[in-house]
Amino acid sequence: MAAEQTISPASKATSGPNWLLRDLAGLAVILVLAGIGYLLFPNNLALLTRITAIALLVLSLDLVTGYCGIATLGHAALFGAGAYAAGIAAAHFGITDPIIMVVIGAIGGAAAGLLAGAIMLRGHGLAQLVLSIAIVYLFHETANKASGWTGGSDGLAGISPDPVFGLFGFDLWGRTAYVFGIVLLVLVFLLLRVLVRSPFGMLCRGIKEDPVRVSAMGASVNATLLRMYVISGAVAGVGGALNAISTQVVGLDSLSFTTSAEALVMLVLGGTGSLYGGLIGTLVFMWFEDFVSSINPFHWLTIVGALLIAVVLFAPSGLYGTAVQLLQRIRDKR
Amino acid sequence: MSTVFEARHLNKSFGGLAVAKDISISLARGDRVALIGPNGAGKTTFINLVTGHLAPDSGTVMFDDADVTALSPTKRVRQGLVRSFQVTRLFSEMTPAEHVALAVLQRTGRSGRMLGNFQAMQDVMAEVQESLHSLGIDHVANRRVSEIAYGQQRLLEIALALALRPKVLLLDEPAAGVPQSDTSRIETALAALPADLAVLMIDHDMDLVFRFARRVVVLAAGAIIFDGSPQEVTQDMRVREAYLGNYANARSAA
Ligand SMILES: Nc1ncnc2c1ncn2[C@@H]1O[C@H](COP(=O)(O)OP(=O)(O)OP(=O)(O)O)[C@@H](O)[C@H]1O
Ligand SMILES: [Mg+2]
Repeated sequence: MAAEQTISPASKATSGPNWLLRDLAGLAVILVLAGIGYLLFPNNLALLTRITAIALLVLSLDLVTGYCGIATLGHAALFGAGAYAAGIAAAHFGITDPIIMVVIGAIGGAAAGLLAGAIMLRGHGLAQLVLSIAIVYLFHETANKASGWTGGSDGLAGISPDPVFGLFGFDLWGRTAYVFGIVLLVLVFLLLRVLVRSPFGMLCRGIKEDPVRVSAMGASVNATLLRMYVISGAVAGVGGALNAISTQVVGLDSLSFTTSAEALVMLVLGGTGSLYGGLIGTLVFMWFEDFVSSINPFHWLTIVGALLIAVVLFAPSGLYGTAVQLLQRIRDKR
Repeated sequence: MSTVFEARHLNKSFGGLAVAKDISISLARGDRVALIGPNGAGKTTFINLVTGHLAPDSGTVMFDDADVTALSPTKRVRQGLVRSFQVTRLFSEMTPAEHVALAVLQRTGRSGRMLGNFQAMQDVMAEVQESLHSLGIDHVANRRVSEIAYGQQRLLEIALALALRPKVLLLDEPAAGVPQSDTSRIETALAALPADLAVLMIDHDMDLVFRFARRVVVLAAGAIIFDGSPQEVTQDMRVREAYLGNYANARSAA
């Protein structure tokens, strides 16, 4: 046994005392990277904004998969619901204030999360995975059929958001959209870091490890998971709304099976259950996708596939998880 | 006597195998009852029937003078009917401090809070500290459970159950799998359980049973064959036949 330790927050605790430092460092890294992206790729801000929107989807997925242990291949349903909610509000109801559109996107996503969660939580394991796929197909088909509202396969156009605070108009280069997206990402990220450290977050981690133990402590497993699903939906919905605002269209691909599967891949690539891993996975995957497909548009999927196999086999806890383990090993040695 | 808990005529079979046959047991405040019996006698099944993890084919479970047979396991826990598990069920990635904190937060209706952290909640931290200290595992409070010794994990199981402030505590082999050198800590913990708590403990270690229990219930093939004092149980012929013949086996298997 190790030397005497007091119970006051110490090194090995999953929620140690340095969490504030760590989150501030994380925040600084996000802002620095965002600044570098802005300076280095001024002509590619649209891609960077899309990465930001997808990062919100992956964060949202991390909440249910990484913190609650629910594997889903249908999470884009929540992202797309947010995108369509914000887009429809703008195109059909003239609600074009970007901040209100984000709020509507969050509500749309949360409602989709409630529905998806209520269905998904009736199954377990494989059945649950199949339910998630069924849900995203149903959402996709509904959006396709309701073309009067959604534009169907042509996409929903006619979204022209007002300037942010009436001051910063959405320009052709996508500068405003990019900054708007980064601000949303940072805000959501900080809120989620608070959430996962809270008693509720701890309860979810418990459920992920052993739902029977949690119920033997008197907590209701399904009610907790459903709440997390609604929160996750709101986060995905913010990402969807950001996508609608920045691209000014909403397409059916925003609630596709492919987007759902890619989000899961990004999460696994970066590492589940830390929020940091999700961000890293999204950045690496989407940057890699863009980079490789510009060199070789025909084989990029093959290369991405090979990369993924390498990560899953050699770094099963993802890029972030593996890095943390390595650091810990170095620190333990000293 | 104030009865807090009563199982009435519980029956359960899996397929053709009857694992609970007309089981009736009642517990009063402050009771210390040992439930013993050979491997596969249906002891764990009895706990599952009582906690609601399994539904009985027939029979009722009374708790605090109310019929709780139809209540979900979580509702029973909230009323004070708490169990531990024969094979440790803990959250391997969490620390003992987090475990106890979660139980305290749950009991006090704060486990759904989305702001703040238990380490900033003084009353929770005080209770966590006091609980882990009294069981002698405060020095590993902030290690991952996967990194602490099995005996310490068993003690944490007890800490978790107690943090829920139960009225009735059902312990399923609290010392199972613990090296002989460490069982004394568990025995100390058992001796220090709150005096008015009703405890039913399953165990194969007869020395522990005889020191702990003031009443022994023997289960064999799903039926109660003895319910009486520890002194009488060794003299009971039926128990000898059904159980003590297997005692050596049971002990080496445990
Ligand atoms: N879910 C189940 N489905 C089918 N059979 C079961 C189930 N649970 C238990 N059994 C059977 O019921 C019988 C009683 O099991 P139980 O676990 O209650 O025994 P026990 O007295 O706790 O034994 P031990 O001392 O080994 O823990 C065993 O024959 C077991 O195989
Ligand atoms: Mg058993």
